[in-house]
Amino acid sequence: MNAAQKNLQKNTQKNTQKNTQKNTQKNVAYDDAIVRKFIIATMAWGGVAFFAGLFAALQLVYWPFNTSFEWFSFGRLRPLHTNAAIFAFAGNAIFAGIYHSTQRLLRTRMFSDLLSKIHFWGWQFIIVFAAITLPLGLTQGKEYAELEWPIDILITLVWVVFALNFFGTLARRREKHMYVAIWFYIATVITIAVLHIVNSISIPFSMFKSYTVWAGMQDALVQWWYGHNAVAFFLTTPFLGLMYYYIPKVVNAPIYSYRLSIIHFWALVFIYIWAGPHHLLYTSLPDWAQTLGMVFSVMLWAPSWGGMINGLLTFKGKWSQVRTEPVWKFFIAGLTFYGIATFEGPLLSIKSVSALGHYTEWIIGHVHGGALGWNGFMSFGMIYYLVPKLWNAELHSKKLVEQHFWLGLVGILLYYVSMLIAGVTQGLMWKAVDSNGQLVYPEFIESVVSIMPLYWVRALGGALYIVGFILMIVNIVKTIKAGSVTADTPIANLQSDNVKDGKPRLLEGYATVFTVLSLVAILVGTIIEIYPTLNVHRYVNPEITVKPFSALEQEGRDLYVREGCYVCHSQQIRPLVDEKLRYGDPSTIEESIYDHPYQWGSKRTGPDLARQGQKYPDFWHYQHMKDPRLMQPKSIMPSYEWLVKKNIDYSQIKKKLNVLRNLGVPYTDEQVKNADKDAEAQAKIIADGLKKDGVTEKIEGREILAMIAYLQALGQKGGR
Amino acid sequence: MNVTIIFMVSLALGLAITFIVSYIWAMRDGQFDDLETPAHRILKDDFHKSTISDTHEGT
Repeated sequence: MNAAQKNLQKNTQKNTQKNTQKNTQKNVAYDDAIVRKFIIATMAWGGVAFFAGLFAALQLVYWPFNTSFEWFSFGRLRPLHTNAAIFAFAGNAIFAGIYHSTQRLLRTRMFSDLLSKIHFWGWQFIIVFAAITLPLGLTQGKEYAELEWPIDILITLVWVVFALNFFGTLARRREKHMYVAIWFYIATVITIAVLHIVNSISIPFSMFKSYTVWAGMQDALVQWWYGHNAVAFFLTTPFLGLMYYYIPKVVNAPIYSYRLSIIHFWALVFIYIWAGPHHLLYTSLPDWAQTLGMVFSVMLWAPSWGGMINGLLTFKGKWSQVRTEPVWKFFIAGLTFYGIATFEGPLLSIKSVSALGHYTEWIIGHVHGGALGWNGFMSFGMIYYLVPKLWNAELHSKKLVEQHFWLGLVGILLYYVSMLIAGVTQGLMWKAVDSNGQLVYPEFIESVVSIMPLYWVRALGGALYIVGFILMIVNIVKTIKAGSVTADTPIANLQSDNVKDGKPRLLEGYATVFTVLSLVAILVGTIIEIYPTLNVHRYVNPEITVKPFSALEQEGRDLYVREGCYVCHSQQIRPLVDEKLRYGDPSTIEESIYDHPYQWGSKRTGPDLARQGQKYPDFWHYQHMKDPRLMQPKSIMPSYEWLVKKNIDYSQIKKKLNVLRNLGVPYTDEQVKNADKDAEAQAKIIADGLKKDGVTEKIEGREILAMIAYLQALGQKGGR
Repeated sequence: MNVTIIFMVSLALGLAITFIVSYIWAMRDGQFDDLETPAHRILKDDFHKSTISDTHEGT
């Protein structure tokens, strides 16, 4: 520590709250308070996300964990877990890192402290809102975009606040040259805005419920364009930005290759946006879109590994220190998991691999390698690095960091390996056909039973990861308690614009040019993939007629969405031999053309339901919904007893059908006008039938009737 | 050969040519002349020197 630094520290300590306020106006100190807030929020929500995940994992091994409370059944808990992990945990981690590093990279305080605060509290409010509405079953039924329209509007507003704050900071930066981390942040801010708005467009029919404007195949395409790019631009680009800043800082060495980072950035943002359709291989999505999705996913291999290599080689010459620096281990393992996930992703995007892996636990293993390994470990590394700086303290215990690392690593490996084996097992069992052309395992439940031990291993892996996380909380709390918050860190060099070569570079020197070009890069793939399907009826054979769902069936469909059935059941049969044998004819574009939202699903914890209608009598469904074990003793499905106790809300049906008609579903005036009466009449028929079969409970007007009506209508509306 | 494929191929070629031309322009203009200092500069933006490597063993 030289004299200048000693002086500075003295001054820092002398600074009072008043001085800080002055500093704010003069823009001579960084806003550290906002970074501290985001870090605390990251840790708090991380706990919620991880525990919700463990709870969900336990529900799969032991179904009674679904409890008899509807709010905690798997179909509602799983969206809560994914939203908490992505938007609450990773989201707050991203914001902490962006607010901290952006100010330093641009040598200026954030544009507005007020906007920073609105961003922080707005985001936490959104999370709380999500944590209330998702258990209540208020969902749009689209993965990772479940939140209903009022929350979607809030997200948009808060994101605009963030964007204003971020671009305002860019506008008044003292460092003309924008470092690579900033490029990744720019891409994140603009792309998430585009994705969120396009995917969330919906028409409300009540205060908390709406139907998406996108239909069937079109909805699937838009949803996975969004879904995959939520992975790309929420869980990848911002974390890459953090990687490009924090790894050089932690190691105290420049990034391995700045040249590589330029190629990495542009190739990644341009290619990523096309990859969405790899979630829909072999579905009724048009072939050209599937091929584009597959080809671009395979191409992603190169830039992804370029980024990983760039990060790992930054440790060049310092590897021996990894032994004694547990925090470094988090970054190295994080990057390694990024490498594993981005190797596996392109692999799974190859059509023939997808034929085996899609709908299985393999995908769950894959995403957790990315989420726990890449996002989790990078966030933990960043927190361990930032907390001592921001609270002026030494890290309480390096030993605890070391233990956290190993517990976490073993946890992820158990999780990943067990799910990989489970997924391949499922895939092979579903596909097994004997020499007579018959399914070897015709009963779906056989594949469920065979992977139960692996579900246990997964839960154990998750639990270990959580134990490690708790060690981190203890360590961080003790560090914070030992430290003290003094004034904000002063900005080291207040001289503006020190571009050495005189002329700033076009891309890295001008924020507007850079932003516009990034936007163009992500819009090319977006437009080419989505534009042709805007008129979805071009893909529909006009000779094939499809009847829309009756009022009661539509009501049942909304219950299907509310309970999150799509989380475990697909409604999309692929043109593969085993699926034809097991489920029937492949799904067509026409069949889901009136579906708002589409419910193709992405996972088969239970069997596909696309042709479920009329396979079993109403009474079977009644028993099965009440307690699946009555019909299938080994089933792990939750019991949906509340469907028998709650009444159908007939008051909304007219509004619902009217909104759907406006979206292009061919309901007649008559059907809309009499929607409630029609629904009541159909419900009565089903109820009478059930009574005849020996149901003694009071079931008149209960939700179970609508659910049965919908399940019996699946695959029965024409379109083949 | 239908019209769509010709349109798409020319679009793809056009895109590729745009990329190549802008790369050559950037190269000649000196946009990539200095690929070293930006990577080094970020290491000096902070006065805090107490990185984690300086901390002592706790508990």
